[in-house]
Amino acid sequence: MRRCCTRCAARGTVSVPRSKLLRTSTFRLALIYLALFTVSALCVLGFVYWNTAGFIAKQTDETIRAEITGLGEQYRVTGLTGLTAVVIERSRNQRESLYLLTTADGRPLAGNLDSMPPAPAGTAGWIDFAYGRTVGGVDLEHQARARLLLLPGGFRLLVGRDVEARQLFQRRLRETVLWALALTVAFGLAGGVLMSRRLLRRVETVNAAARGIMAGDLTRRVAIRGSGDELDQLAVNVNAMLDRIEQLLDAMRQVTDNIAHDLRGPLHRLRTRLEVTLAQPEDPQACRAALEDTVAEAEALLNTFNALLLIAELDAGAQSAQLVPLDFGALARDVAELYAPLAEDHGLALTVETADGLTVAGERHLLSQALSNLLDNAIKYTPRGGEVCVAARRGAQGCELSVTDSGPGIPAADRERVQDRFVRLEASRHRTGSGLGLSLVRAVVRVHGGALRLEDREDGTAGLRAVVVLPARPR
Amino acid sequence: MRVLIVEDDADVVRYMVKGLRESGMVADHAVDGEDGLRMATTGSYDVIVVDRMLPGLDGLELVRRLRAGGMATPVLFLSALGKVDDRVAGLRAGGDDYLVKPFAFSELLARIEALGRRRGALDTQSKLVVNGLEMDLLSREVTRAGTRIDLQPREFTMLEYLMRHAGQVVTRTMLLEHVWEYHFDPQTNVIDVHISRLRAKIDRGFDAPLLHTVRGAGYCLRAPV
Repeated sequence: MRRCCTRCAARGTVSVPRSKLLRTSTFRLALIYLALFTVSALCVLGFVYWNTAGFIAKQTDETIRAEITGLGEQYRVTGLTGLTAVVIERSRNQRESLYLLTTADGRPLAGNLDSMPPAPAGTAGWIDFAYGRTVGGVDLEHQARARLLLLPGGFRLLVGRDVEARQLFQRRLRETVLWALALTVAFGLAGGVLMSRRLLRRVETVNAAARGIMAGDLTRRVAIRGSGDELDQLAVNVNAMLDRIEQLLDAMRQVTDNIAHDLRGPLHRLRTRLEVTLAQPEDPQACRAALEDTVAEAEALLNTFNALLLIAELDAGAQSAQLVPLDFGALARDVAELYAPLAEDHGLALTVETADGLTVAGERHLLSQALSNLLDNAIKYTPRGGEVCVAARRGAQGCELSVTDSGPGIPAADRERVQDRFVRLEASRHRTGSGLGLSLVRAVVRVHGGALRLEDREDGTAGLRAVVVLPARPR
Repeated sequence: MRVLIVEDDADVVRYMVKGLRESGMVADHAVDGEDGLRMATTGSYDVIVVDRMLPGLDGLELVRRLRAGGMATPVLFLSALGKVDDRVAGLRAGGDDYLVKPFAFSELLARIEALGRRRGALDTQSKLVVNGLEMDLLSREVTRAGTRIDLQPREFTMLEYLMRHAGQVVTRTMLLEHVWEYHFDPQTNVIDVHISRLRAKIDRGFDAPLLHTVRGAGYCLRAPV
């Protein structure tokens, strides 16, 4: 592929300048259509021409043949004298018909022609010839077509017709056909050029948008004309694709920003603590305390990284968990049991309601971790004296595992957002936590082909109901 | 206790060897699979720590060969691969425990001690005794100085694990793995609450506490010093 200019070549793109119109595919297509169009027009016009011209010529011949037959009959009935009289009679009345009756030696007896045409005398074939004719005092040479009738005794009768008008008509017809052809080609060519230019301009808008995006302007979009044709659909699809890419990039940028932001803080604290400890006069006890804090902080950082890695692996499908049949209720009871003392210590009433025979395809550790995260949140955010309920039951969309608390809840507008990595609502900023808990739950649930829903409590009181819905395993 | 570490990251090995020696162990190390196999078969070790990813001979293969040669020395796998199937693959190859990197040194130490001590312990004993605290594994009765202590089933399992590893540090992760069979770390230390309940039951009303918290590491059930 040739590059249109070095600037485009450098960016690895090709644009279509108007001057290179001849090379474009649309123009080539227009040319092919034009050729097809011309050929079919040629066929139609040719057919019309040959049919019309041929019909007129045939009619002339038919007339001459009929007249010869009629005059031959006349000769048989009335003899030479009668024939001569008829020829004289007809020569006087007819303007287009030509007659000449001669003796054997060529002397004219009657008719409106001066002499026998030089052409093949003595044959019975068709003769085309020119003859002089005076119209309105002007001598003109007219074309004529005739046929000879040989009579006994060497007499010859030439019957013909003036074909000047016919030939003029045919010439006109030819000219008309040629003009029509020329106009067809001209219009076709002009139309093709205009059409391909128009098409190119629209393709060029897509190209221009693509170049703009490659140059770094991710907000560029292809203009849509609203005609709903294929090019418009292409533009709509390209725009949709660009929206999706921008969304993904935004999400990635957001995550990267968050990682940088959320991990820089602890690392900064860690360094400051170590620096301050180093600067202080040697005090083994202080050093020890600082190191212990540092270890704890490093551990928290590593945990954050582990969680991030696990989420990324789950999202990428790398953690293609080995799903086996699991008793959802038992899993819920086990995790709830692990958390029961913690809830009690927080002054919360933890209740467990599980239905029997809830079988799902799952990975026990991942699902337990997901539920543990939900319980962790519920216990963390529910004020003393509140309640937390873990329930497993069969729902409309599959098996539901829910954790309901009587905490502050999450505003409806934020329920989608809090499932993103590192997103922590203003209200929870001061609490410990990585901001990865719900992201991990969502990732785990997705790997299981389920969904995580955050909703209002079913009884309408304040609180949050976090529901993990997994497809029920067919028995 | 003699420990062999087969790990190709020189920095990590240096710290591990230093840490183990300071904890009173004898530690050797090999930096690739072949060396590790040679040292494991010629030396006499109580525990072998093997990284799964090794230059030359792969960690899994190394342990398979050791086991094929009839060696029963406990093996602890170290690995950056923490998926459940990776863990299963390690244990199938003949590993006795599996620790996912990055890990805390205290975790490594506790697990090495648990593995080394387990060798001698008889699993068939029906009674565990730690300084007046007695556990009858058949009747599932627990008494301390003759006083009966009522335990929940999970508390019983937890105490049994602690008693079997009496005198050793048991980490929170180890408890989660052996008592609850979970291979993940919860965001909050739920284990601490369980321990304090257990402690209330076995130590309250007695002069000398048996269940100790080891800062930065875990817990230890031992006789008062």
